[in-house]
Amino acid sequence: MVSTCDSDFANLNKGNVEEEPHVLAVDDNLVDRKLVEKLLKNSSCKVTTAENGLRALEYLGLLDGKKSSMNNNALKVNMIITDYCMPEMNGYELLKKIKESSLMKDVPVVIMSSENVPTRINKCLEEGAQMFMLKPLKCSDVKKLRCHLMQCRG
Amino acid sequence: MEVNQMQRSFLEYATVLFREGFLDGQFSQLQMLQDESNPDFVVEVVSLFFEDSQKLLNDLTTTLDQQNVDFKKIDAHIHQLKGSSSSIGAQRVKNACIAFRNFCDQQNLEGCMRCLQHVKQEYLLVKSKLEALLRLEQQIVAAGGAIPVLSEFS
Repeated sequence: MVSTCDSDFANLNKGNVEEEPHVLAVDDNLVDRKLVEKLLKNSSCKVTTAENGLRALEYLGLLDGKKSSMNNNALKVNMIITDYCMPEMNGYELLKKIKESSLMKDVPVVIMSSENVPTRINKCLEEGAQMFMLKPLKCSDVKKLRCHLMQCRG
Repeated sequence: MEVNQMQRSFLEYATVLFREGFLDGQFSQLQMLQDESNPDFVVEVVSLFFEDSQKLLNDLTTTLDQQNVDFKKIDAHIHQLKGSSSSIGAQRVKNACIAFRNFCDQQNLEGCMRCLQHVKQEYLLVKSKLEALLRLEQQIVAAGGAIPVLSEFS
């Protein structure tokens, strides 16, 4: 059940955002996936990880050609955090696909990268990324994320 | 050996590793993430790093050994290794990867081969030191003691 009026609030009110926002974390690096998962869990987030953009889209029910009716997963996800540099589909391309989806376009997307490239960062922010974070992620980064998520609500 | 002595040995050894640049603040971030819900977190991440790195180093060796070296593939592998070493705080490995990448960009085969040797060396060094550090940690825990916090290095 997604409200079409206050969509920001509706998106963030899925499930128990008060206690446990559900974050989808996308990264092709095994070590980084484990790290981001623990960082998020320590911040009381429920976490689903995906190893690439395609898997992420599959999880969200957004894969092209697979016309799926409301996918339960998409409704549960409160935020997506994705690495930028990934083979086949990079973080920017994933961001675009999410923003093209009427169901997911209002879900905050955070981009991470080990490289501080201003043009890359601006491109992502212009496409609607909520935030850009430099890797390696630290405990304080995720706390910022959490505060940001909380502030987004109504 | 009693717990206090073990804890002191651990701190002394950790201090040396930080001072000599084998580890940086990111390793402390990992320690800070470990908690009762996941008391083996650091060991798990470090083990993943070892597995991942070994595979990447093998792939790099094979790729550099080809008649026609695929520098794009080399770059992709180095990117992964640089990423994971950075995420766990293996500073010298990360720096060796950065140097490697520069030679790869220049398509300098000889430079790449030298860098691969250097990265391998640094990896083996940090592997044995991390194993020793984590063994000390395990001894402390087995004796019922708390692992000293390394926050001053973060």
